[in-house]
Amino acid sequence: MKKHSVLPGFGLTFGITLAYLSLIVLLPLSLIVLNTASMSFADFLKAIGSKQVIASYKLTFGASLLAATINGIFGFIVAWTLIRYKFPGKRIIDAIVDMPFAMPTAVSGIALTAICAKNGWVGSLLVPFGIKIAYTQLGVLVALIFIGLPFVVRTLQPTLEDLDKEVEEAAASLGATKFQTFWYVIVPSVLPALMTGFTLAFARALGEYGSVVFISGNLPMKTEITPLLIVMKLEQYDYAGATAIAMVMLIASFVLMFFINLSQWYARRFSN
Amino acid sequence: MSIEVKNITKRFGKFTALNNVNLKIPDGELVALLGPSGSGKTTLLRIIAGLEEFEPNQNADILFQNKSVVGNRIAERKVGFVFQHYALFRHLKVFDNIAFGLRVRRGKDRFSRTEIRNRVLELIHLIQLDGLENRYPDQLSGGQRQRVALARALAIEPKFLLLDEPFGALDARVRQNLRRWLRRLHDEIKLTSVFVTHDQEEALELADRVIVMNKGRIEQDGTPTEVFHHPKNAFVMDFLGSVNLFHGRVVSGQVVFDQPLEGKQTQFFVRPHEIELLPNDPDGAGFPATIRRVQLAGSIAKIELTDRNNKEIFVEMSHEKYLLYQFGVADTVFVVPQKTVVFEEDYSI
Repeated sequence: MKKHSVLPGFGLTFGITLAYLSLIVLLPLSLIVLNTASMSFADFLKAIGSKQVIASYKLTFGASLLAATINGIFGFIVAWTLIRYKFPGKRIIDAIVDMPFAMPTAVSGIALTAICAKNGWVGSLLVPFGIKIAYTQLGVLVALIFIGLPFVVRTLQPTLEDLDKEVEEAAASLGATKFQTFWYVIVPSVLPALMTGFTLAFARALGEYGSVVFISGNLPMKTEITPLLIVMKLEQYDYAGATAIAMVMLIASFVLMFFINLSQWYARRFSN
Repeated sequence: MSIEVKNITKRFGKFTALNNVNLKIPDGELVALLGPSGSGKTTLLRIIAGLEEFEPNQNADILFQNKSVVGNRIAERKVGFVFQHYALFRHLKVFDNIAFGLRVRRGKDRFSRTEIRNRVLELIHLIQLDGLENRYPDQLSGGQRQRVALARALAIEPKFLLLDEPFGALDARVRQNLRRWLRRLHDEIKLTSVFVTHDQEEALELADRVIVMNKGRIEQDGTPTEVFHHPKNAFVMDFLGSVNLFHGRVVSGQVVFDQPLEGKQTQFFVRPHEIELLPNDPDGAGFPATIRRVQLAGSIAKIELTDRNNKEIFVEMSHEKYLLYQFGVADTVFVVPQKTVVFEEDYSI
């Protein structure tokens, strides 16, 4: 079925799209599977099931989930403030949100480590309360929150902008309190965008390496993240072992994305 | 329930949206706030609902049934408000949209599930959307959405209903139908209602009373017949339908339109249907003009002419009358106003 279009060339562009995606995304992914297939099943289980690796899964998935949740809440507040209010320096604050996007991850890692260390600006204030950030799991969380924030803010902003003020007025005129208006009207309206932002922040956190390895200190069984273990295996020329762990990450990510997309579809059910 | 507005002024920055407005709306009426955009009609409606604040002034007050509601929250005013773009909750089905106002009640006013269900289904029946209660707003047409918005406002059993440009976003045919439906609904439930419109035809056709607004002031307040046939000033005359403006002078009790004019000129307003076109003018009561365009599609014949100064004149007459003289384009005829209106103050259209 051919439809008239101002710009022709569906065949060509579709071909390029397929070829490009295969080359950039599918080929490397299939190599992971192939490389892993060179192992025996027992070796595979051993590579992905060692105590050290399992501890890293827990940390990586747990901290990523927690960081994305925290970003969901505070990112919402930041986006709301930027959309709803006028204040001096708004554009600067809006630009600051993008900083974690723009900075090389190693630079943010070093910067975060420096201020969170025992003698750093933030770290020295928290030490008297017995809170240590640098070289602990808390540090991993801080780094993941840092890199995830822009994803939530930037996906929420257009939706919040579209949110009609009349809808809030309608809720108020029907007798809803401020909290009811927020909870029953605003939150469900922005939920799909919020979940997209959450998913992006979560996915980014799962794969984050550069900013985490400095602040975490990489203590075995305690603050090692899974991407770090992959790098370590590679440094030991254990390619099969590295890809085996990568496989686990890949499958876990797929499963998580699937469920998040499913719930996103549910949250979006009302729009045509 | 009656509404009274006393000495209300509202400014947005330097712009004065409402300039000391006073208004009384008796119980049970369907009232139109009519005016061009920027006349302050929507602002007035929003102030009555409590959605907008007015300039503080010790004489300013808003009374519902003779009781001041200034300082009451929107929710406490129990006003049914229908927004111009409906403002339906997109994530809720038709049923849940209508039930919203009932479900948010807390404490002793709470409704039971069956009470809510019965009331909502009753309203869905009233707006003739039976069977569509499980649709989302995005799956409805504009007219259907408008009716859902109305039912949602009626669900809280409001003291009165305020509608902001209720038919503004609908196409002509749907608008006609919905207009008649709303009038019948009003006759049925007798709820005091105020609607904002910039469409004079809509206001005259639908309302018991028309309040004409301009530049933040009320120009006239009366029944449709009053405001149409006895406009208080040139603005009202002009806004409530097309009108021709002629310059003439009065010579020994008779109006003379012939050009050129000498001495004191007066402005005469004449509606298009109150002009006679004649092939000749023995009495000298009119002036010559050339026919430029004749439009016969419709219930009346519409004729556009230009006078010697190239000024446009609009005339409407019945088809029978038009056929009597068989005028054609480019013919020169005499324009004889039958009923002229003169206003004391000068006003130019």
